[in-house]
Amino acid sequence: MLKYLSKRMFHSIFTVIIVSFLIFALLRLMPTSGYFTRNDYERLSESQREMYLEEIGVKGNVVINYGKFVINTFKGDLGDSITISPGTPVSSIISEKAGYSISFGLAGVFLSVIFGIILGTLMAQYKNTFIDHLGTFYVVFVRSVPNLIYLFMIQIFVTKWLNLPTQFVETDPRTWFLPVFSIAIVSSANYAIWIRRFMVDEKTKEYVRFNTSKGISDTRNFYRHIFRNAVTPIAQRIPVEILLTIAGFLVVENLYGIPGMGRLLVSAIQRQDNNLVQVLVLIFSVLGVFGIMLGDILMTLIDPRIKLSKEA
Amino acid sequence: MENQKMFKYANRKVEEYHLNTENVYSYWQETFKKFFRSKMATVLFVGVISLLLFTIFYTLFSKTDPYAKSKMIRDWNQPPSAAHWFGTDQLGRDIFARTWYGVKTSLLLSLTVGCIDMFFGVLAGLFWGYVRKADRFMTELYNIISNIPRTIILILLSYLLSPGFSTIVLGLCMTGWISVARFIRNKVFTIRDAEYNIASRSLGTKTRTIMFKNILPFLVSIIILETAITVPYTIGSEVFLGYIGLGLPQSTISLGTMVQAGISSFQAYPSQLMYPTLILSFITVSFYLLGNKLSDVSEPKNYE
Repeated sequence: MLKYLSKRMFHSIFTVIIVSFLIFALLRLMPTSGYFTRNDYERLSESQREMYLEEIGVKGNVVINYGKFVINTFKGDLGDSITISPGTPVSSIISEKAGYSISFGLAGVFLSVIFGIILGTLMAQYKNTFIDHLGTFYVVFVRSVPNLIYLFMIQIFVTKWLNLPTQFVETDPRTWFLPVFSIAIVSSANYAIWIRRFMVDEKTKEYVRFNTSKGISDTRNFYRHIFRNAVTPIAQRIPVEILLTIAGFLVVENLYGIPGMGRLLVSAIQRQDNNLVQVLVLIFSVLGVFGIMLGDILMTLIDPRIKLSKEA
Repeated sequence: MENQKMFKYANRKVEEYHLNTENVYSYWQETFKKFFRSKMATVLFVGVISLLLFTIFYTLFSKTDPYAKSKMIRDWNQPPSAAHWFGTDQLGRDIFARTWYGVKTSLLLSLTVGCIDMFFGVLAGLFWGYVRKADRFMTELYNIISNIPRTIILILLSYLLSPGFSTIVLGLCMTGWISVARFIRNKVFTIRDAEYNIASRSLGTKTRTIMFKNILPFLVSIIILETAITVPYTIGSEVFLGYIGLGLPQSTISLGTMVQAGISSFQAYPSQLMYPTLILSFITVSFYLLGNKLSDVSEPKNYE
């Protein structure tokens, strides 16, 4: 078990290294004017600019600069923001915003898991009835129509209907609900369809028929036995889902004006703040990689039958 | 001798006999029969085809210029009328025309992404499946690539290169091809060790011949599936990028830019968002459903 864990972790770290190096190298293809504020760009001469660029690690050997970057990261120095808030260390900007993103993200995931599982279970239990069709309609709609469209509609109509302010205000709890709800809507569709599929598959297994022949009622069979077996694979997917909701996340944060990392990324892109973009993209990627690793580990922990190592 | 009365001479020729017992099972015929048995699939299919045809003919033959701006203020932001079926936008351009040109661009985008993905994916997948030694490396590659969130790569590439048609295509294909490759590789695995292949190999048939003769029948279904799945995803990505500010330039007419414009003018003129959105939603939902239905139907294991 430990062997598997360490192997998996090594694997993920390796992936992170490759991904971060790629991002780092790719970002250096950017037009270098992005590293200067307007004033600085015009004031400094060509050679002064070159010197500055070398110092912050844009020019020069990629590998050495990457190494410097990694060392700096461990020291806590991630560079300074250039256009959004000139001179402020990136790490302090991000730490301000991280709290919001994390809380909204977790709340959204929590809600979506619960809602998704309930919906999926109902859909499986009442398969091919109205509930099932309604649920399917909902899932198809959420998965095929671009997030922005229905989330925007929801924002407009719900705030009008319930007379809520559209933008997030930290002190006003009424504004907390919609963003979380929006994130939840997007993710829960996936959970619902998975749970439904797993439960339907489980129903065909032999132990179910055996239970029925023993005299166990259908409901008890369903909830006590089938459900437990079906939930296991979901646990693996949860961390992956978290990473997949990045796009929806960015949209929600932007729509509702939440001062989180997603909105920061959007602003950084629009204002071409290379340092900020670099670090944020890195953060999201690392989260993604570790999320998947967490998912695999979680699955092996919950279901002892699964052994993902290559032992014959 | 009484038995002679019980039996009559059949008088059949050998050829007739063959014709009657030649039970032609065609994979494709069966698959499509099952597909069209579902009313919903048929309706959607007809809808999508007509939409496609309409787009092609409209953009080729229509006289309305989607770029024609008007300098007269009274032509701006018109509600739907006989002259402009979907109304006009804030510069007096006909929304109906713009919508269909937008559909054309977006579909073209999806098609390009789909083809490139398919091309590289199939080649890689064939290689991956048949060359045993490649499996370890390719699996590692797959793990790494699938760990990178596609959204991030898309954002990154659009940020680096100037946002545009080819950038989006590049961004989506970079991580997309590996999924196709993996799918093909799985198929190859199931066929590779099938007995008739072992027979072929022991007879000395070149690996290349085996590869192509066996994969080709699958290709058509894969192409259709890939397209059906790529369309909603591409359109969604394009809309998303547009919202962030990394999408196609405003001068290009696409569903993404239409949605963008619609959202910004939503408060005052909600209909400007409604119509393109309806068409968009119809496209994405139909392709998604059709893709699902087709993949269910082409899997013979589902039907015993």
